[in-house]
Amino acid sequence: MKRTLISAAVLMVAMTGTAMAGTLETVKERGALQCGVTSGVPGFSVPDDKGNWKGLDVDVCRSVAAAVLGDATKVKFIPLNAKERFTALVSGEVDVLSRVTTWTQTRDTQLGINFAGVNYYDGQGFLVKKELGLTSVKDLDGATVCVQSGTTTELNMADYFRTHGISYTPVVFDTNDQAAQAFDSGRCDSFTTDLSQAAGLRTRMQDPSAVGALPEVISKEPLGPVVRQGDDTWFNIVKWSFNAMLNAEELGLTSANVDKMKAESTDPNVKRLLGLDGPKGKGLDLADDWAYQIVKQVGNYGESYERNVGKDSPLGLDRGLNALWSEGGLQYAPPMR
Amino acid sequence: MSNSGHKPDGGSAPQNAPPLNKPKFWNDPKKRSLLFQVLLLAALGFVFYTIIQNTLTNLEQRGMTTGFDFLSREAGFGIAMSLIDYTEASSYGMTFLVGLLNTILIAVMGIFAATILGFILGVARLSDNWLIAKFSALYIEVFRNIPLLLQIFFWYYAVLRTLPTPRQSLEFFGSFLNNRGLIMPAPVPEDGFGLVTIGFFAAIVASWLIARWSRKRQELTGQQFPVILTSIGLIIGVPLLLFLFSGLPLGLDHPELKGFNFKGGITVIPELIALWLALSIYTASFIAETVRAGILAVSHGQTEAATALGMSKAKTLRLIVVPQAMRVVIPPLTSQYLNLTKNSSLATAIGYPDLVNVFAGTTLNQTGQAIEVIAMTMAVYLTLSLLTSFFMNWYNARIQLTER
Repeated sequence: MKRTLISAAVLMVAMTGTAMAGTLETVKERGALQCGVTSGVPGFSVPDDKGNWKGLDVDVCRSVAAAVLGDATKVKFIPLNAKERFTALVSGEVDVLSRVTTWTQTRDTQLGINFAGVNYYDGQGFLVKKELGLTSVKDLDGATVCVQSGTTTELNMADYFRTHGISYTPVVFDTNDQAAQAFDSGRCDSFTTDLSQAAGLRTRMQDPSAVGALPEVISKEPLGPVVRQGDDTWFNIVKWSFNAMLNAEELGLTSANVDKMKAESTDPNVKRLLGLDGPKGKGLDLADDWAYQIVKQVGNYGESYERNVGKDSPLGLDRGLNALWSEGGLQYAPPMR
Repeated sequence: MSNSGHKPDGGSAPQNAPPLNKPKFWNDPKKRSLLFQVLLLAALGFVFYTIIQNTLTNLEQRGMTTGFDFLSREAGFGIAMSLIDYTEASSYGMTFLVGLLNTILIAVMGIFAATILGFILGVARLSDNWLIAKFSALYIEVFRNIPLLLQIFFWYYAVLRTLPTPRQSLEFFGSFLNNRGLIMPAPVPEDGFGLVTIGFFAAIVASWLIARWSRKRQELTGQQFPVILTSIGLIIGVPLLLFLFSGLPLGLDHPELKGFNFKGGITVIPELIALWLALSIYTASFIAETVRAGILAVSHGQTEAATALGMSKAKTLRLIVVPQAMRVVIPPLTSQYLNLTKNSSLATAIGYPDLVNVFAGTTLNQTGQAIEVIAMTMAVYLTLSLLTSFFMNWYNARIQLTER
């Protein structure tokens, strides 16, 4: 609330200056990228025991920092709750919002923001205690459901229950973590959120094995990084930083082999991505090796996926929809040429 | 506009004085200060105009929608508790009303409980009974010095969350207590209940008339009449008698455990209970100190005089001390009421659907219209504060010492 108020005030003051400096210059001058993340969703953005932020969303921030500043560690992470996020972005408190945010028409067209891509294709589901023996969302008639406030989740649930004639009581919390805890302690019969986040939050519950997801996935949730509207250079940088990660995976470039490939590869696609040929950094106002820095310091999309939410992580999520298009998934980046 | 009467020297200027004696415009302090005030006002107005214009232009440039049209759009999200009919199909304007009413409900409940508890504790701290006085002092010092947010968390997480699940509810008098809240039977008025309502209001009017009559009689004859006891008897007795004679025209909608939770009855959600407990207990400790200060401000001579007249302790307190103490108590008490109302916005921390949670939270986030929503929310708190303040000032003026 306090942050919303401050942001609203900053918004009004910031807007009194008619021309704002470009975000790229601001970030370069500051020497650090300010990135808005969640206040803690395992696998997506969460600080480890040493205070380093880790996660799929965090890697998007790091790849932008690597591209712009040549150093993936120069990111200042700003935890935001769902209510604060857009105001914080529009008022200039953060340069990029990489915070499990669903791309919707209203958000894209009415909030003064642009979605720069989809780094996770998700869907909304329901967690319940297994002891209740439920098999479908339709069994939830009369249930109390814990949910985070100000999310598409809240709206999808209302729509779904309304169209299926199911009654329910929502209990709304500021953060997903609070909502999950409330469910865990028995305040609600069910907890609803995007399934990826549910998987992460489930690992923190008293007895994760006693909690299961109902089979229905009730919505499309394309999650991705967001920038302010009206700064095309910056929009392109964020968009292509993420595309570089996808293309790197497709070309088989990893943080481990990128140096070797840079020296030896004759594949024109690889040469273009690593800035040896083709458009290089022109048009993005970046150094020619911007994509090389991303692959070297952050890794390709597949690497990021596996270490944060995939097989190598406690979440253990299948690639599913998030496999590359060449592997039967939806992840598809335009070519770099 | 005549200026002659306002000369600083106060002397009456001679009529038809030569114009030379009249001070120059810029030498006249009255006109000069007026000029500066007008200039300042104009400058301020210009600043505000610029800010608003710039904001609007920039909002438009960034493709952000402005205006209050969003209030009539469908909200599409559910709210756990509302005093008026609300569904997902209601408009954002309705979410504002639901939040507003929930805020007013918690404020009124909190003020009511905090005042009663605060007065008891304030008087108790001055009691001759060592145990009562020390208990009250301990209460005040403990609850006054713990941040309110922690107290809210304490009641919500440590106390109410540990209640049993609906299936193992604690049951008493047809009501159930569990971690989903307090579920009570709901009264359902049947034919003939209107008579009881009429009787209730008639009793109130009668009590008021008796009070007037008794005051007049006391002024004339000095004889007293037990007004309070009679009033209580009337207000409770008349409706009760009518209720019995008209054949108990009130059904009860008993809650029943069906599926996940209880169906029927009235549910008081745990968020409301936690917030109410925390706000009342916290504010009561401040009110208690205010009351103690007020009582101590009444000269001891007043009590001695009352004792000399042979008045009982209770009567002295009720007729001599408290009325005089109220003059000192009301202004700080008003501040406490305002604080309580504003503090109720901490509801958002535990998910009680108040104005800040529902409107400045979810609605703001779904529509993205930060400036409009925050402005409306601030206007509500300002209005509530001004209304409370206005009422309390009116009451204060009424009970001020009147000299006859």
